[in-house]
Amino acid sequence: MDGTFLLQQLVNGLTLGSVYALIALGYSLVYGILKLLNFAHGEVYMIGAFIGYFVLIGLGGPDALAVPVVVALTLMFLAAMLGAGLLGVLIERFAYRRLRNAPRIAPLITALGVSFFLQSTALLLFGARFRSYSTFEFLGGAVTVGGVRISATRILVVAAAFSLMVVLTLLVGRTTLGKAMRATAYDREAAAMMGIDVDRVIVATFLIGSALAGAAGVMFGLVFFSVFHLMGFAAGLKGFTAAVVGGIGSIPGAMLGGLLIGLAEAFSAAYISSTFQDLIVFLILIAVMLFRPTGLLGKADIRKV
Amino acid sequence: MAQIPRDEQGPSGQPRIGTDDWVASVEERRAARTGLSGRLLDRWERVPLWAPLLAVVAFGAVFPYLTDSDYVLRVGFNALVFALLALGLNIVVGYAGLLDLGYIAFFGFGAYAYAILSSNKFDLHLPTLAALPIVIAASALLGLLLGLPSRRVTGDYLAIVTLFFAQIFVTFTTNANRIVPPWSDEPIDLTGGPNGISGLDPFSLFGVDAIEVSSYFYIALVLVTLGMLGLYILSESRTGRAWKAVREDPLAAEAMTIPVNRLKLLAFAFGAATAGLTGSLFAAQQIGVFPQNFELPLLITIYAMVILGGAGSIPGVVIGAITITVVLEVLRGPADARVLFYAAIALGLAIGIRPWRRLAALLVGTLALGLVLNVLVGAIWPRATARGAAEGEGFVGSLVEAWVLTPTEPGDIGNVAFVVLIAAVLGLTLLRGTWRLVALAPTLYLAAFVWENRLIFQPSVTRLLILGALLVVLMNARPQGLLGTTRVEIT
Repeated sequence: MDGTFLLQQLVNGLTLGSVYALIALGYSLVYGILKLLNFAHGEVYMIGAFIGYFVLIGLGGPDALAVPVVVALTLMFLAAMLGAGLLGVLIERFAYRRLRNAPRIAPLITALGVSFFLQSTALLLFGARFRSYSTFEFLGGAVTVGGVRISATRILVVAAAFSLMVVLTLLVGRTTLGKAMRATAYDREAAAMMGIDVDRVIVATFLIGSALAGAAGVMFGLVFFSVFHLMGFAAGLKGFTAAVVGGIGSIPGAMLGGLLIGLAEAFSAAYISSTFQDLIVFLILIAVMLFRPTGLLGKADIRKV
Repeated sequence: MAQIPRDEQGPSGQPRIGTDDWVASVEERRAARTGLSGRLLDRWERVPLWAPLLAVVAFGAVFPYLTDSDYVLRVGFNALVFALLALGLNIVVGYAGLLDLGYIAFFGFGAYAYAILSSNKFDLHLPTLAALPIVIAASALLGLLLGLPSRRVTGDYLAIVTLFFAQIFVTFTTNANRIVPPWSDEPIDLTGGPNGISGLDPFSLFGVDAIEVSSYFYIALVLVTLGMLGLYILSESRTGRAWKAVREDPLAAEAMTIPVNRLKLLAFAFGAATAGLTGSLFAAQQIGVFPQNFELPLLITIYAMVILGGAGSIPGVVIGAITITVVLEVLRGPADARVLFYAAIALGLAIGIRPWRRLAALLVGTLALGLVLNVLVGAIWPRATARGAAEGEGFVGSLVEAWVLTPTEPGDIGNVAFVVLIAAVLGLTLLRGTWRLVALAPTLYLAAFVWENRLIFQPSVTRLLILGALLVVLMNARPQGLLGTTRVEIT
């Protein structure tokens, strides 16, 4: 257990954490506005990963790219984000919209149904086999820092994730749309009375959140080589845990939570047991809910009646 | 404030002051229910409470004499196991309104607990009547523990915590065959890992060992009967009424001094105990337990049962459980699945489309469309009709063969058609009136095409697809379930 090993796990954790953070952001955004746990979010991430894969294959495959690597990567990310974003909007329009004022349990069960529907659709269309981006073929470079070899893909993924988070923070904090989103999250009815088109804001939220999940899917594919129809389920759970740990509804909280969960998973896989890493994450979730139900950066939810 | 739809207003067109509109217009709405489905629903609401119970018992009692096939009996047993599971989930979801997604883990826990207590695994051969109370108590306790962290936060968190728990349970049982405890170096094999535990003791009640499927069938029947009876009593009891109050409005319930958190945990423990008991029964009949018995597709199956019948309705969930078990069983064989598919579509159309003229026009239109397409495409591109319908036998088979295009290698075309079908169905929900009817014909044809060329080849995927879609559609169209009664909503 020397320093190099520790540093290696830190890099692993950061990479995984960036992916979780992006998923958590989607959960958090939607929850903040609709108070809806979108179980289908993990499946949107899975579809994003598949879109990235098929774009890569369409461009000639990993070992015979027809275009420069940068162009291929950009196209993969753009297509996955656009496709996932559209999927999110469709889900909102056709599955959730009519249930906006229904009892809380109705949209949750619907979300469960959407999640299983997408999972089995992916199984039907793409089959059950694992697919790999095989990035070694075109992104083989690596940097050595302090004796640790960090592959180019990992640097790329962490950098891309952080820039997306910065863009999102600016979008929510500085633009009119962001202002409308914050207002809708604060009080939907009052926002509507102030002339905010709440439907549009909700559609935009699903678009942005799902696009982030799509990007996360491509990132996961780039680093971990396994794209398959069940990948969204576990990732969705971890993403949600990250959102809760950070404080659901809070954007910096989702990022922090994602990184924490990623690090916890990497370190427990390395030092305890990889079969029980899920258990560790689950225990973290339970502990946070017992001792700090609002999450690390969440605000207390004071209800007035 | 919800707007009052025109048909729910008083006779003068104005909402009556001083009465609740929903209550005031109940007679009118009942009268407004016409057609086949409306009449059936009216009948259903007038059925006395004991009738479904009697029907289940009477049918169940003679069922083993109607068949001599062990396979059919086992399906019957499975239906009853699912009915028990649905009844237990009904307490948690239907009465208390808590979304417990870890329910299958309690089912699995009960099965594994029974397996550990009554098999060669640790050479504990507890008698059934000693093992079952332990299993039930342990399941209830586990339910309480899992419910605890959600006490301080809203119910949504409960959903995800329990879902996570279900996932962990499968991982745990798959890997708990080599746990190294801190006090020794010898790994312990607790669950048998992926191979599970087999060679379980049969249920042994009052000195008689249950070995035949029919014995288990009767045990399950007794349990379902007791479960339904118990739920009738429970649902109108103090606790049952308090649960419903918590479901409708936890805040108001709390203001009425109902101990909301304690009741939620109680519901949770009740559900877990039922699932645990059912798990033991399931394990004993199967003579073994395996991690893959308790994976997530089971969860969505049970939820579909409860939602289909109507959460909160006791006969509803039992009927839902039996229907879905039988339907899923029928979907295994392509020939039967086909008949079921077209029958379901025909039934849906007959209930949904009125007057009969429109229905007839639609059916004729769809048939004509298919026949013309088949002739035209077959002339241009012979491969499109070359394969012949899969297992084209019987009347339905030959009709389908003449009607649906069946290209020789349907894989990719089937996939594209499937995606187009989803888009078409979504688009259909946006259309109104005649346009919807016009668009329905090609959509129906497309559905038949996708069914014959893609779905029929992968029954296991198709089952999950149907269940997932069923949940979404039911929740959007009829959240109270097919047999549930409309709840009074005052907003």
